[in-house]
Amino acid sequence: MAEHSSEVASHGARVETLDLREQFDTAEQQKDASTLGMWLFLITEIMFFGGMFAAYTVYRRAYPEVFAIASSSLNEIIGAINTGVLLLSSFTMVMAVRAGQLGQRNMIILFLILTLFFGGVFLGVKAYEWNEKFEEHHIPGQTAFHLEGLAPDQQGHAQLFFSLYFAMTGLHALHMVIGVGILSFLTWQAKKGIYSASYFTPVDVAGLYWHFVDVIWIFLFPLLYLIDRHLGK
Amino acid sequence: MTEHIDSVKTYVGILIALLMLTALTTAVARVNLEAFSVVVALGIATTKMLLVALFFMHIRHSNQLTKLVVLGGLLWLGILLVLTLSDFATRGWIGVPGK
Repeated sequence: MAEHSSEVASHGARVETLDLREQFDTAEQQKDASTLGMWLFLITEIMFFGGMFAAYTVYRRAYPEVFAIASSSLNEIIGAINTGVLLLSSFTMVMAVRAGQLGQRNMIILFLILTLFFGGVFLGVKAYEWNEKFEEHHIPGQTAFHLEGLAPDQQGHAQLFFSLYFAMTGLHALHMVIGVGILSFLTWQAKKGIYSASYFTPVDVAGLYWHFVDVIWIFLFPLLYLIDRHLGK
Repeated sequence: MTEHIDSVKTYVGILIALLMLTALTTAVARVNLEAFSVVVALGIATTKMLLVALFFMHIRHSNQLTKLVVLGGLLWLGILLVLTLSDFATRGWIGVPGK
């Protein structure tokens, strides 16, 4: 890998390639810098979502019963299946990165397309769930908002739950949509044959982003769908 | 660094573990564990997060600097949550005159 990338041109200057740009000493250093940069970005994302998780915790602590009843109105089976779909997409994503490590171009494309497929299914199911909320009048701010099993003075607290539900799942879905855009671009690049075993950093780094979005959902699922299910509706 | 390539078997194993934990957390939510419900739910979620981070995000094979940065990020998240909640949890402790 190193010999290949640090080829020296006849006049002594190193040839700048994708796998070794001028400002780096070795291909390894370049890759480590990209990985570190992505992780720093992901940490800002952790803090971004962290604020929402903090708001969620404060209000769940304030209105535990209302949150339990509101949470039980969500369909947890659909939620669990969708979690499975997203985990599958993470698996195909890591397989795409593995194909990159092995330099198997066709496999990179195949696994990226599979990841896009599962990501699309997840978003489709999410859209179906949101639509259901509209039909059930569970949209915060709606004049017709009504959650069964709650007194009129508790309806506002239930709206708080659904505000958090839409803000958190919406922000998560936005990240998914951006991820789908990135992966589509990578698939197109991979088709042009840009990636090889010595250079697949964009696939690797996009993988980190995709898994991060998966991790956010891993926490959203139990926190939104599974609060005190045993209380029933 | 020679790039560490995990086997397909490892990844399939992790995927199966993640799917089983999802089924487990969904099933256990129907059981009345009182205050421990949320502990169990978050415990399972944290386990899943660790599996994804260590294996799928390759933290296992990352260099020390990346590991330190990730831990630092979690530390800041901890500060955000602990300080926010310590405020809300203790507001009622001191009687405020006139309130």
